[in-house]
Amino acid sequence: MSTAAEHLHHDEHHDHKPSGIKRWLYTTNHKDIGTLYLWFAFIMFLIGGAMAMVIRAELFQPGLQLVDPNFFNQMTTVHGLIMVFGAVMPAFTGLANWMVPLMIGAPDMALPRMNNWSFWILPFAFLILLSSLFLEGGGPNFGWTFYAPLSTTYSNDSTALFVFSVHIMGISSIMGAINVIVTIFNMRAPGMTWMKMPLFVWTWLITAFLLIAVMPVLAGAVTMVLTDKFFGTSFFDAAGGGDPVLFQHIFWFFGHPEVYIMILPAFGIISQIVPTFSRKPLFGYASMVYATASIALLSFIVWAHHMFTTGMPVAAELFFMFATMLISVPTGVKVFNWVATMWRGAITFEIPMLFSLAFIVLFTIGGFSGLMLAITPVDFQYHDTYFVVAHFHYVLVTGAVFSIMAAVYYWLPKWCGKMYDLGLAKWHFWCSLISVNVLFFPMHFVGLAGMPRRIPDYALQFADFNKWISIGGFAFGLSQLIFLALLIKACRKQGEAATDRVWEGAEGLEWEIPSPAPYHTFETPPVVK
Amino acid sequence: MARGVLTAMLATLLSAGAMAQPSQLNLRKGVTDISSQVYDLHMTIFYICVVIGILVFGAMFIALIFHRKSRGVKPANFHESVKVEVAWTVVPFLILIAIAIPAANTLIAMEDTSKADVTVLVTGSQWKWHYKYMENDVEFYSVLATQPEQIRNKFNKGENYLLEVDKPLVIPTDKKVRFLVTSDDVIHSWWVPDFAVKKDANPGFINEAWTRVNEPGIYRGQCAELCGKDHGFMPVVVVAKAPAEYDAWIAEQETIQRKAKEEEQKLLAMNMDMTELMELGSKVYQSSCAACHMPNGEGLPGVFPGLKGSAIAIGDMTKHIDVVVHGVSGTAMQSFGKQLSLKELAAVITYERNAWGNNTGDTVQAKDVNAVLTGK
Repeated sequence: MSTAAEHLHHDEHHDHKPSGIKRWLYTTNHKDIGTLYLWFAFIMFLIGGAMAMVIRAELFQPGLQLVDPNFFNQMTTVHGLIMVFGAVMPAFTGLANWMVPLMIGAPDMALPRMNNWSFWILPFAFLILLSSLFLEGGGPNFGWTFYAPLSTTYSNDSTALFVFSVHIMGISSIMGAINVIVTIFNMRAPGMTWMKMPLFVWTWLITAFLLIAVMPVLAGAVTMVLTDKFFGTSFFDAAGGGDPVLFQHIFWFFGHPEVYIMILPAFGIISQIVPTFSRKPLFGYASMVYATASIALLSFIVWAHHMFTTGMPVAAELFFMFATMLISVPTGVKVFNWVATMWRGAITFEIPMLFSLAFIVLFTIGGFSGLMLAITPVDFQYHDTYFVVAHFHYVLVTGAVFSIMAAVYYWLPKWCGKMYDLGLAKWHFWCSLISVNVLFFPMHFVGLAGMPRRIPDYALQFADFNKWISIGGFAFGLSQLIFLALLIKACRKQGEAATDRVWEGAEGLEWEIPSPAPYHTFETPPVVK
Repeated sequence: MARGVLTAMLATLLSAGAMAQPSQLNLRKGVTDISSQVYDLHMTIFYICVVIGILVFGAMFIALIFHRKSRGVKPANFHESVKVEVAWTVVPFLILIAIAIPAANTLIAMEDTSKADVTVLVTGSQWKWHYKYMENDVEFYSVLATQPEQIRNKFNKGENYLLEVDKPLVIPTDKKVRFLVTSDDVIHSWWVPDFAVKKDANPGFINEAWTRVNEPGIYRGQCAELCGKDHGFMPVVVVAKAPAEYDAWIAEQETIQRKAKEEEQKLLAMNMDMTELMELGSKVYQSSCAACHMPNGEGLPGVFPGLKGSAIAIGDMTKHIDVVVHGVSGTAMQSFGKQLSLKELAAVITYERNAWGNNTGDTVQAKDVNAVLTGK
């Protein structure tokens, strides 16, 4: 305890920020940590994207050309893990770090030292995961869902590294979630009542509770995989009295709330941006909050819709079908609300709005295929085909990732004090929008026509569409380099100076402070009327 | 490119009506009553989504076109309306109920596996399917028949590239055929799109599914659950024959398999020479062993052990036979005792002990394998 007290004492004399690498290593500032998270997420997005390029290059034409099937499986597995745990989740945590204190009028996150740690363990988690690819036998090759017994009895020894890295990612997420909850509960400015909180804050609060509820379940699942593989337990081995389907129940009890963890903050972002550029308040603020909470609660009772073909009793199949269909009601409420917000507004089309509009249309298409997948008898046909791949890429890429890009364009002028390069931004948006649809839309067709997912080679009738999908993939990958160039320019503080309000229709505390946001903000809490 | 996407979307809508051939764009109607119900459900919900999409996106685009700031409009300030919000909660709920009822009926019919005429036990293993007819003394493995040279782009690809097997499953039309689905190793999933049957094969558990095929024909599918390295290379092919033809086929198979067993017993008294063993062994090795241990016997380091110079392949012969016949529990090494004939086992073990410079000079005979297999 005495050392902790000494540290505290020591730091009081060094309130200014150190320079160079030390600033970033030792930082407890929410803005610095937010920036670290966002850059980390973007680097992971490019690495995971490079793996997707390998996958698409191999699938460009039938036959095995570039990689062997074992390496192909490692690419699909690590691509999934990196995009979920390395790109989308840290990007949202970065946005929460930057924006939650600014939006509720708090000087920083409630637990700044833990904040530093929850970021700095992440690079190690991904170094471990990525280094396993270079071991003899390669990295994890059993899909990001790591179904037993493929991940236990039939996996190679690098599974231990996979398990360890997932543990670290989980600890990081849980710490980040605790920080968000404690900050929102305790540090709101006077007058910032629950029902005055911006929707981004609301959606993140609910997301944080989901994280705390399900990340330990994931930790349990990977631990059981570890002991099954290395210590002779039989949780998932029928020969020892276990059940391989039990693994899937545990995994998806984590996995389904996890997909809402990746989309609820996106709903929050879109609910901030659409009113700003429609110059009109959000149509139904309260119903948006309740819809978010309903989606979160429902997310705990739908997990087995990922497992309809595993051979469940018909009563269970009916229950999970009905519960899953129900989710489309609150999700519909959200989409209707955004449209009603735009109705009779005075709309302008800045880049954040363009990404938000693309989000609304394309996420809804992903929602439609989700509703189709909920119908159990038809799901038997769709399950484990490219139709599913199309579905979750529409909700995660044109959904979650597009919302993150919208958020970056929306708040970047506040972060850097400079407007982004409009020319590059337009190129980035239009190239991304077109290529992402060439990439993912035909996947619906090959999936319906019968192409299973996770295969390195395919029958000849799928060849034409796969060629287009690959071309779309390469184009989408290259389009993100435009974004990289734009971000580098912004970080070098090049461009037109941004005003404090930045956008004409912007409302909220984050727009009351100067641009760029000073290193310390709201040291004296603002009063919200 | 956007126009291409639109054309493709339109084509889906248009092709929905006439669906005789398996489509490249849409789900197929299939050849069973159930698969056609599934197809109708799919199309119903698809059209519902299209209508909702047109309404929602239509409203949005009207707002985007007419309620633009550049047209000089002043923004309205309305928000919250209990009436509207109740309406857009209740109406979708009612639509869902309308979908849920037929979906539940189809699902209940699909899961009723009672009163089957024929029962087939389907067992997945890395990376092949095994079929066993429960009412008849017939069982066999069904493995990919596409040549490796086609996969490696050395030969031109055939019409049924990756969707062809050496021995397809044969079932009768117009009879209720029940499938008992299980696995010997990891989880696989047995899928025939034309029957709307997809069922996971879980090791240690048995799942049930059924079909009643209306038209004779050849129906092709694939393993649908990631099952390791060659997941993309374990197709399912089912031939549906008219009941009389099926009866003749199954009777013929019973005779062939009985005779093969008798032949095998005779083999025990005979010895094969090295050339003969190596020739057959090489063939068996390529079809049954090379997927993991690789054609050059070097395996995949860290994943599958090599056989070239390995302790087992150049060590004690009985131990080697034991590993091949019984497998190694807790690893991906399967037991080949029931997959291959005595002659094939003898040949492949001989091959492994003499190929790639292993040069032990040992020949393994059917009776040696039989001794290990029967525990003598």
